[in-house]
Amino acid sequence: MTLTATGAAITLSGCGKTFADGTRALEPLDLSIPAGETLVLLGPSGCGKTTLLRIIAGLESPDAGGHIAFDGADVTTLPIEKRNVGMVFQSYALFPNMSVIDNVAYGLRVRGVAKAERLRQAHAVLEMMRIDTLAERRITQLSGGQRQRVALARALAVRPRVILLDEPLTALDAALREHLRAEIDSLLRRLAITAIYVTHDQAEALALGDRIVVMRQGAIAQVGTPREVYFQPQNDFVATFVGITNRLAGSLKAGHFASAAGSLPFAGADKAEATLLFRPEAASLCAPEETGLVFQVEQVQFQGARQRVVLAGADGTRVVVEAPAEQLVAAGAAMGLRLDPSRLSLV
Amino acid sequence: MTSADRLARLFLLPLFLFVAAFFVLPLVRLVAVAGGGPNGAMEYLAILTNPRHLQTLISTLLLSAAVTFATLAIGTVVALFLARNSFPGRALLVSLLTLPLAFPGVVVGFMIILLAGRQGLLGNATQALGLGKWVFAYSMGGLFAGYVYFSLPRVLVTLMAAVDKLDPNLEEAARSLGASRLHVMRDVTLPGIAPALIASGAIAFATAVGAFGTAFTLATRIDVLAMTIYTEFTLNANFATASALSLALGLITWGVLALTRSLSGSGVAAAG
Repeated sequence: MTLTATGAAITLSGCGKTFADGTRALEPLDLSIPAGETLVLLGPSGCGKTTLLRIIAGLESPDAGGHIAFDGADVTTLPIEKRNVGMVFQSYALFPNMSVIDNVAYGLRVRGVAKAERLRQAHAVLEMMRIDTLAERRITQLSGGQRQRVALARALAVRPRVILLDEPLTALDAALREHLRAEIDSLLRRLAITAIYVTHDQAEALALGDRIVVMRQGAIAQVGTPREVYFQPQNDFVATFVGITNRLAGSLKAGHFASAAGSLPFAGADKAEATLLFRPEAASLCAPEETGLVFQVEQVQFQGARQRVVLAGADGTRVVVEAPAEQLVAAGAAMGLRLDPSRLSLV
Repeated sequence: MTSADRLARLFLLPLFLFVAAFFVLPLVRLVAVAGGGPNGAMEYLAILTNPRHLQTLISTLLLSAAVTFATLAIGTVVALFLARNSFPGRALLVSLLTLPLAFPGVVVGFMIILLAGRQGLLGNATQALGLGKWVFAYSMGGLFAGYVYFSLPRVLVTLMAAVDKLDPNLEEAARSLGASRLHVMRDVTLPGIAPALIASGAIAFATAVGAFGTAFTLATRIDVLAMTIYTEFTLNANFATASALSLALGLITWGVLALTRSLSGSGVAAAG
């Protein structure tokens, strides 16, 4: 069945949120989401990502001056029941007094679709999610993973213009989470629906998003593709929050970055205080004489295909790098560090 | 049998004695007295065969049903409002609403007289407005008002706890699917608090069926079961009829509580 080919483009302008008790949950922000995109809102708890999602859903209204538009039409004052959005909650929020099929058909029922027709459509969605065998079950008879699928089926059954997912996988165990993440990803791509996905899990964000909005204290810290966010963090917060990041303090002078561990060529204007950021996989180990950066090996963690090496600089700065398992690295030895210039950022 | 088991049985003895002294013996005596009157075993059915008693039974049940529905309707609206809104003085309002828990039926009856009795506030107000004196304290109307006032805190406390436990995401999910406020109430909120509605409704009903203090304060001529038992017992010294009616009253209350317990699947205790 063709569930939807009409994902809406979403535009937010000046959307901030101050709660009645004076708490500023969201600084006024602008964001535009093209139709069909999967956008992930990533950040620690309390960063405003859920508030932003609820504003888009219509469960919260933005402070005066904020506007939201779906496909160019202003929906700021439209309540959620009139916005035609699908929503999946962390608690799934399935109706316990209804069977699986009645849950999935509920949106069609309140729209006045005749019984036979709404059951046919609900079964089609369950089939697409490969859970049609669960149709007559009570909600209490379902496992966490099954509940998650039913919640998604229920949200999709009304053919929403936008689907909003609020930490939908957080309550599941790690293996199931990964499995369902892949399933959701392929489903969202197949349906070409506009999706907004809230999570605090950076691995989930990197795997799912066309674009990621990293949020901090009610404001956007960076917007970019997963690769941009991961490899070119625009600030210290993004660098720290998304994956392991090594930082070397030093200065930039005459085309060289100098730190306590040594120096390496780095193009840029002179800067008295600079921090070089890089991921473990952007570095490789080599003999000390082959590079300008020299560290002492502090710890080696064998991980099968790879080994994780903790290095200490002359001033005590620790960096973590990954090396192939077959490379000989001994604790206490001096090792050189070679950095991939295309995967460095300086803040 | 180990000595520990023997000790455990010894400790159960006071429980058996208590049940025997305050439950089994009086009940057996009640059954014996009811069947030992001039009408013999027919007295057990007096509540159905005597037209006056049957009328009393019907009006008692009707009054109790009306009290239950009114209490649940008011309780649901108030519980939803209190659970969803926070405002200054909310805690004070909640404690005021639960105040009647502390009042015996006599005080509730007295308050109804102050409100709607011959010298009541309502009568004085309507007279001042030229509408004549409104007095309903000494009738079924007064009893109805008294019982609702009496039952409301019990119902309210249970319902507020149930509304509090309801996942707010459930209502949001329904709305996201296009449900109007009315749909949400019908399909999500009321089914969600149904066990609490059944449980607290049963308590309100059982309390209303057996309540005596309020009825006694308002008038002796209101025909409700508890009053009839009192009249038969004290004024007419008709012990057999009083016993038979008491048994019927107990049986009805027990039946309602048992039925709701099986419906809601949780323990429901009688009160009042």
